[in-house]
Amino acid sequence: MRIQPMGDTALLAELSTRLDTAINTRAIALATALKKRRDVRQAIAGYASVTVQFDPDQATHESLASAIKRLAAKRPPMDEPGRLHRIPVSYDGPDVEDVGERLQLSREKIIEIHTRPIYRVFLVGFVPGWAYLGPLPEELALPRREVPRTQVPAGSVAIAGRQSGIYPLPTPGGWHLIGRTNVKLFLPDSDPPCLFRAGDRVKFFSAAQ
Amino acid sequence: MTSTLRVEEPGLLTTIQDLGRPNAIASGVQPGGAMDRFAHSAANLLVGNDVGLATLECTLRAPGLVAEQACLIAITGGDFDPRVNGDSVPEWASLSLSPGDRLTFGTRRLGARIYIAIAGGFEAERWLGSLSTNLMAGRGGLHGRPVRADDTLTVATKQAPFAVAVRSMPAGLRPDYGDHTLRAIAGPHLKLLHPDSRSLLFQATYTVSRDSDRMGYRLDGPKLAISGDNILSFGLVAGAVQVPSSGQPIVLMADHQTAGGYPVVATVISASLPIAAQLLPGDELRLTAITPQEAQKMRRALAAALETLQGAGS
Repeated sequence: MRIQPMGDTALLAELSTRLDTAINTRAIALATALKKRRDVRQAIAGYASVTVQFDPDQATHESLASAIKRLAAKRPPMDEPGRLHRIPVSYDGPDVEDVGERLQLSREKIIEIHTRPIYRVFLVGFVPGWAYLGPLPEELALPRREVPRTQVPAGSVAIAGRQSGIYPLPTPGGWHLIGRTNVKLFLPDSDPPCLFRAGDRVKFFSAAQ
Repeated sequence: MTSTLRVEEPGLLTTIQDLGRPNAIASGVQPGGAMDRFAHSAANLLVGNDVGLATLECTLRAPGLVAEQACLIAITGGDFDPRVNGDSVPEWASLSLSPGDRLTFGTRRLGARIYIAIAGGFEAERWLGSLSTNLMAGRGGLHGRPVRADDTLTVATKQAPFAVAVRSMPAGLRPDYGDHTLRAIAGPHLKLLHPDSRSLLFQATYTVSRDSDRMGYRLDGPKLAISGDNILSFGLVAGAVQVPSSGQPIVLMADHQTAGGYPVVATVISASLPIAAQLLPGDELRLTAITPQEAQKMRRALAAALETLQGAGS
């Protein structure tokens, strides 16, 4: 594990550089344990890391790094299955043909592959309600678009690399848009204000079925 | 009777801010809050408020306000040449307004933002634990939007207007806003920078680009050579200096995205964030490496400066 300062009141503990469900489970558990400490203001799990903001009157980088190592040495928690969300998708996104051409796949095949796995919510972040879902089957892996769109409509279902995601708000974006859903991911009048939480599971299905 | 201020001129971008909503980060909601936390906190303390009450953050062009009742206010941050009924009044000091008094601003002389606090704090909508305006979600503050002409700003907690004696903060206790050197601690991914770029990062003069806002500042200047910019996304903090593959650094500010995968090569320390908050497009800046220990000293000095306002005169 690499633990390094991110400014004078935060640090980044990197558990791994691999996209791995078990490591993400450990990161979420570590963030949960750290949040209970009085000297910790906020702990956010990434894919394979925890960003910890601390109270500099109560802790230093060194004292917190030791605490993190102690907590991380404990037996990793069981990966309890998170809540399962079933998301209907119309697979008629503006990039579905382009993705098909680049990967030599029919639209039907793209639907079959994209709806096959139960995805894990690795983390919620970037913009309100955005969730990084994965792993996307290798057969659909493509690098991001070279030129990102300046505006992606809310509800767009997208893929990039070994990940999938749904744009919760109209924002710029560089992922490939293969479909859309009418499920609302950002719920500003709820607390927490988003449908997905880290550790949840997501299953897509074709709305046409 | 509850004090109110009527908005005659809204200014360029005037929003209600407090210390932000850190607990919403796990939902991907930007932490938000005042860009210049020092000036925001000082303004509150100068009128006898807790530092967490809502103030008005006014960007580049400040609003014109009319006091409908007597109230106590304070203006801090940049120097925007404040006037009451046309006469110059001091910033960084508490200031009594009588009914009908008109607060306006002349020429902007220093900085990008000022903060206006009122004794009792501004009334605002609380969203996810904070009164700060989140423009992306359209929540918090004043209906989730900037202040407009003819809005009425109300005081949250009724206070006797002269319960607090006049307070001021001498220039020597404030951040040195004229010195655009931002102190930064080496970031977790500094080693991904090419060795030449590593020294360049802490030597070059950068310019705040036009493409800069409350989310972050893109810096124009020498491009940095970085390898492996595809890190698994991780949680970010204000002050983080990201370098995407384009080599153009980005300094994250109060409304920053909560997670990302670009390497963080340095992080501007908390004591330098108020200075960063007062920069505007076209301003030059330099990043200087500093140890965490030195950063703590600087942070404590600013905290001690705010403490001099706590309880003084009451």
